[in-house]
Amino acid sequence: MTATLVKETNPPPPATLPERARRLRRRGRIIALLFVLPALLLLGALVVYPVLFSVGRSFFDASGTEFVGGENYSEMFRDPATLKAVRNTAIWVVVAPALLTGLGLILAVLVEKVRWATAFKLLLFMPMAVSFLAAGIIFRLAYDEDPDKGVLNAAVVSVHDAIKGTSAYPTARGREGQGLSKSADGSYRTSASTGESVTLGLVGVPPKELPAGAEPAYRAAARQAAPGELSGVVYLDFTPGGGGEEGKVDRRESGLPEIKVEAVRDGSTAATTTTASDGSFRFSGLDRGDYEIRLPASNFAAPYEGISWLGPVLVTPAIIGAYLWIWTGFAMVLIGAGLATLPRDALEAARMDGANEWQIFRKITVPLLAPVLTVVFVTLVINVMKVFDLVYIIAPGPVQEDATVLATQMWLVSFGGGNNQGLGSALGVLLLLLVVPAMVFNLRRFRRSQR
Amino acid sequence: MNAVRRTLGSSVVQAFLVLVGLVWLTPLAGLLLSSLRSAEDTATGGWWTVFTSPGQLSLDNYSALLENAGITQAFWNTVLISVPTTVLVVVLAALAGYAFAWLDFPGREAIFLVVVALLVVPVQIGLLPVAKLFGQLGLFGTIPGVVLFHVAYGLPFAVFLLRNYFAEMPKEMLEAARMDGGGEWRIFTRLVLPVGRPAIASLAIFQFLWVWNDMLVALLFADSASQPLTVELQSQIRQFGSNIDVLAPGAFVSLVVPVVVFFAFQRHFVQGVMAGSVK
Repeated sequence: MTATLVKETNPPPPATLPERARRLRRRGRIIALLFVLPALLLLGALVVYPVLFSVGRSFFDASGTEFVGGENYSEMFRDPATLKAVRNTAIWVVVAPALLTGLGLILAVLVEKVRWATAFKLLLFMPMAVSFLAAGIIFRLAYDEDPDKGVLNAAVVSVHDAIKGTSAYPTARGREGQGLSKSADGSYRTSASTGESVTLGLVGVPPKELPAGAEPAYRAAARQAAPGELSGVVYLDFTPGGGGEEGKVDRRESGLPEIKVEAVRDGSTAATTTTASDGSFRFSGLDRGDYEIRLPASNFAAPYEGISWLGPVLVTPAIIGAYLWIWTGFAMVLIGAGLATLPRDALEAARMDGANEWQIFRKITVPLLAPVLTVVFVTLVINVMKVFDLVYIIAPGPVQEDATVLATQMWLVSFGGGNNQGLGSALGVLLLLLVVPAMVFNLRRFRRSQR
Repeated sequence: MNAVRRTLGSSVVQAFLVLVGLVWLTPLAGLLLSSLRSAEDTATGGWWTVFTSPGQLSLDNYSALLENAGITQAFWNTVLISVPTTVLVVVLAALAGYAFAWLDFPGREAIFLVVVALLVVPVQIGLLPVAKLFGQLGLFGTIPGVVLFHVAYGLPFAVFLLRNYFAEMPKEMLEAARMDGGGEWRIFTRLVLPVGRPAIASLAIFQFLWVWNDMLVALLFADSASQPLTVELQSQIRQFGSNIDVLAPGAFVSLVVPVVVFFAFQRHFVQGVMAGSVK
């Protein structure tokens, strides 16, 4: 039994075709149909038919009984929620593929220069095997707002504190009616002249939050300032276990170390110092006269809390960040494969001519890689348009509507309580329309490869 | 001088890549370590505190997971969905791919172009109509329903991949087999399948991971008795903080299988992804 080989051209004209050959040919066709039919039936019933159904359904109202024409499509751009989804999807499409292609290109070029390239590629590629759900849980953990729980904010806060410093006493406040007055900017001030010694009492610091080296302020408070000197002590006006007098430095009351103190005259700061472990401070070498002693607000600033990654403003960039974690390896490996096919001679010749690495990268590597970059970019655009799971998982309930994209909105509208299948179908059709350029790209690329 | 600059440059590159590698590893390490801590520990401090107090680490969450009937059921459902889907996609696509490459039937070119066009159709558009269809057929909410949907949406890529691979086979090889009087079925099983093994392996791995990791399709088509791990876990995500002792180890279990598959078959996997890069 032989079946017709497709690539055999020029069959004899039918008139002279013997009966047997024609029978064989028909038989071959039947066999061929048996081979393709199961796949085609499934594709027809579950892919092609649904596309047509959705297109039709998108012209009907929510319950599917009344024809509404293009109403669902104009609704899409009127309804704030779907409009938000359209905008967010646009952000995704503009930002994510470009970032990924750029990052992939840079890493692909750099990784060629190290010996452990394979291990690095495997590590970066591995997230491709991880589900969006698992990645979503991973990044919900990483993006946690509390710097004691989310690793990202822990890093941000420690960098911030290393640069800007922390305030030691976020909860401290001046003892009311004892000379210190609070100003609008959050600082505390009192006035004093040279030769005087002041005691500045603060409250509101839990004894267990005192710095480890803090010492009692009693002895320092008793010291008198030398003439021409201005000194004092900043202390916690609270005696553990009770007792003690308000506004007075009692024996067991602790000094507050590491507080910034400024001496201000005529609106400009004349001197700055920091309190010692017993809370004492001293300005010497000041011009004689009256000063304002100020404890600047930075002493009492609330601790830096980090960034609200999953708040309404940053939620989409944050989810795109998680997406980069998953897809960068893909871009890098594909571009790396393209890189391997570049003509070595061209690169060597350029090096011989004295071109530096940057010139080679810009003038030779990137132009030669353009086809690969295009494929990577297009692939990413298609995938980014359909992003669903990550947004669904990472965005916490209340900010879900700030993060929504077409695919999640389509889900919400059709199944997640919206129950408007007309609008849902229209959103599905919009998703399909958005990938039509990619469809055309694929078809053209395929036809070209067949020539 | 140039050599000095080059070594310097390369150590900067090395340092940069090490940094990138660490950034990539950290989220994963965070999940693993979180999965080994109690929900109370996670509520009071980050996973990095285990480096100073390793006493927090225990396998309690995992043994609790083993006794969690919902999770174990979901794990088996995931297997019951992804394995049959993979087998069906490979078989149907191999048959069709061979026919599209080497057999003659009316409309062959045109139909194949339709398949290429279907490569990028988003699953979203199929959800509603197929849900209605399955409702009428009694398939909605069942594992076979989920499998059929996955098979249908996996087929365009699978047929495309295998047809292109089979088409590369030398024509003489097939002609020789036909001369020997082999029937098409015989040629398919004895010649085409063995020759196509690399492509079939790539496809199978890719398809398996795709379905194993799916959430969207199962979210709609699986009822609570047939839902896979991804859906079971996402249903607990609303109370993210208090369920972290289930979510973190659950996510880690769901991630271990594909990552092991990935490392075991990385070559095929990468090839599969590359071949399907326009999907």
